[in-house]
Amino acid sequence: MKEVMIRPERCMGCRSCEIACAVEHSESKDLFSAIGESPVPCKRIYVEYIPDLAVAIPITCRHCEDAPCTTVCPTKALSRDEVSRRVIHSPELCIGCWTCSMVCNYGVIGRQKEARVAMKCDLCPDREIPACVEACPTRALVYAEVKDFSGIKRSQAALKLAKGMQTGSIP
Amino acid sequence: MASKAQDRSIDPASLIMLKQAEKEGIETAWDRYEKQQPQCSFGQLGICCRNCNMGPCRIDPFGEGADKGVCGATADIIVARNLLRMIAAGAAAHSDHARDAVLTFKKMTEGKAGSYNIKDEAKLKALAVEYGIPVEDRNREEIASELARALLEEFGKQEGPIQFTRRAPEARLKLWAKLGIEPRGIDREIVECMHRTHIGVDNDPTHILLHGLRTSLSDGWGGSMIATDVQDVLFGTPTPIKSTVNLGVLAEDKVNLVMHGHEPILSEMILEASEDPNIQKLAKEKGAKGINIVGMCCTGNETLMRHGIPTAGNFLQQELAVITGAVEAMVVDVQCIMPALGALTSCYHTKFISTSPKADFPGTVRMEFHEETAYETAKEIVRTAVENYPNRNPERINIPDEKQECMVGFSAEAILAALGGTPAPLIDAITGGAVKGIGAVVGCNNVKVKHNYGHVNLVKELIKNNVLVVTTGCNAIACAEAGLLVPEAADQAGEGLKSVCEALGIPPVLHMGSCVDISRILVLASAVAKTLGVDISDLPAAGAAPEWMSEKAVSIGTYVVSSGVYTVLGTVPPVLGSEAVTGLLTKGLNGVVKASFAVEPDPFKAADLMIEHIEEKRKALGLEP
Repeated sequence: MKEVMIRPERCMGCRSCEIACAVEHSESKDLFSAIGESPVPCKRIYVEYIPDLAVAIPITCRHCEDAPCTTVCPTKALSRDEVSRRVIHSPELCIGCWTCSMVCNYGVIGRQKEARVAMKCDLCPDREIPACVEACPTRALVYAEVKDFSGIKRSQAALKLAKGMQTGSIP
Repeated sequence: MASKAQDRSIDPASLIMLKQAEKEGIETAWDRYEKQQPQCSFGQLGICCRNCNMGPCRIDPFGEGADKGVCGATADIIVARNLLRMIAAGAAAHSDHARDAVLTFKKMTEGKAGSYNIKDEAKLKALAVEYGIPVEDRNREEIASELARALLEEFGKQEGPIQFTRRAPEARLKLWAKLGIEPRGIDREIVECMHRTHIGVDNDPTHILLHGLRTSLSDGWGGSMIATDVQDVLFGTPTPIKSTVNLGVLAEDKVNLVMHGHEPILSEMILEASEDPNIQKLAKEKGAKGINIVGMCCTGNETLMRHGIPTAGNFLQQELAVITGAVEAMVVDVQCIMPALGALTSCYHTKFISTSPKADFPGTVRMEFHEETAYETAKEIVRTAVENYPNRNPERINIPDEKQECMVGFSAEAILAALGGTPAPLIDAITGGAVKGIGAVVGCNNVKVKHNYGHVNLVKELIKNNVLVVTTGCNAIACAEAGLLVPEAADQAGEGLKSVCEALGIPPVLHMGSCVDISRILVLASAVAKTLGVDISDLPAAGAAPEWMSEKAVSIGTYVVSSGVYTVLGTVPPVLGSEAVTGLLTKGLNGVVKASFAVEPDPFKAADLMIEHIEEKRKALGLEP
């Protein structure tokens, strides 16, 4: 399955991903209408700022293969979709106990205020590419299979090594 | 890859060039717009502030994150400040254009701009009378000299009044005075916008916007109006004239020189220079059958209106003209000139010539234009174009056949003359119900709207419903290209409007000029209101800018609304991040200046809004629906 992969060195902290996420999860899916909607549309991706390093990094659900949230959910509101392999949330089953939030390694299970249920990334089931990825102006977010993403990283690493061989020094 | 051209314009000539661009892999504004997607949401909502270096600050539109900037500015304050800066920039552009026109006029009176002279003495005297300058038994040079000084003073005035605001109906003047938004001086209001939006100055959205209204009025009834009137004195007040528009006006066998930008100070000289026998001879020697001078954008509107010089297109056609491969020189001055023309012209033989001391672009040949040496520079420009003719690559030439006849030149004076010297016949047609009202449709092109789609469809709907349309700027060119500026277009109008147009021999859509010439619309509206003994806001009239994009359009929209005309915008201004500002613009202003804005991207629905408004105003005046 394709995942939202993060290239943290590219994030400029503009929060475009957050807004695009909230708009995609609004009633109208239109920015200008979404800002007036009730319930207020909520984001599922979070740009976290680390003051000591002066960097911002987007954090979103990893759709873990062995997802602790699905293991602990007492009502099976959180489960793995066997076809798409995504970790999905069924609000109608959710009792709002927040056990999932306690065990999530990334803190990306939020709370839908009005319905008082859990809320998390669904990888935008109505879209080919998740809204956050499309909105990122610096391509800090990419939607790719892990094998492809890693493949690119490997070839970049190989290129660095090769250049080092040519100049006689490995950077 | 499927062709995208079809979704980009409704104009057949433009579609041909867009397909050509696609085939050759040439990038245009539409491609660059695609690369900008999705555009920044904070920017679209107007909730980012870069006014001080504690920022940039942004407000979370969904209320989870920051609700204030570092200084404490809320979304309402940030949106209002940003809007005020847009108004300031727009008013500055129009008014600085006016300043140049007045300075040229003044230099002419001092004998320092020998290439210019007075073309409309009657208007000169009429303006002098407005300024209380004696005209009896004085020669025109004396009058002009005194008028030039008086006009120039408008820019530096501190306490007003700007004389041309006195053209507004009494009720409107009283309202402005009561609100404290009578402009005090053209430059002062713009400077004050920048002061108020500096960190820690004006932080009340309503207070900020009231100054926005005042600044816009210094443009509409100040800068823009001065530009129009001085240009009329120098180059003649337009009268109805026929011409042709669209890319097909470029000639296969002549030297094509496109004049693009806004100020007729330059284009008028180029026209004269192109008639120089030596240059004509040179063109023949270079193998051309002659010199074909055409306009583009508002410079195009200026020369179209005064001389019937053909116009190649509106804002989004500037790149398409170059892609025909047949443009020897693209000569530009100021405003709405895409810096992209530099890279684009380098793909062709086209010389990109910049002339304004205040505007240069990448890849230009610099030929700075000064009043003192205007004719000589113009001659050099034309010569450069002519000498470039042999560099054409015949294999790359692709000029669309499409060109369209049009009747233009409806200055307020010309409209009143056509009506027999008084607005009474027009008023009779309106009160009798043959003409329901007046629609002023103006403004730019914007890649967010299919090129000309908003303009043409809105105008067609209005005339179909017996609303007489007055137009300027890029809308005027769009209407001309769609064949709406010919008397025969009356066939597309409702029965009432059709009969009026046929009786007067005029099109149902009247071309009143360039974007500074929206001042002509104000003058006309004022004349009609005064004859009826009402305020402009009482008239069955509405405005629209279906494809607006520039800051000038923001200033225009604001002065039109401040003058009492309900205005529908076709693209969303960056204000929706503030409920307070949005509410004020779309509703609250009704209680302030008796008019407001609406936003409606669908031209058919926009027409409905305008017609509904016109019907309400008719009812209030006791007229039949």
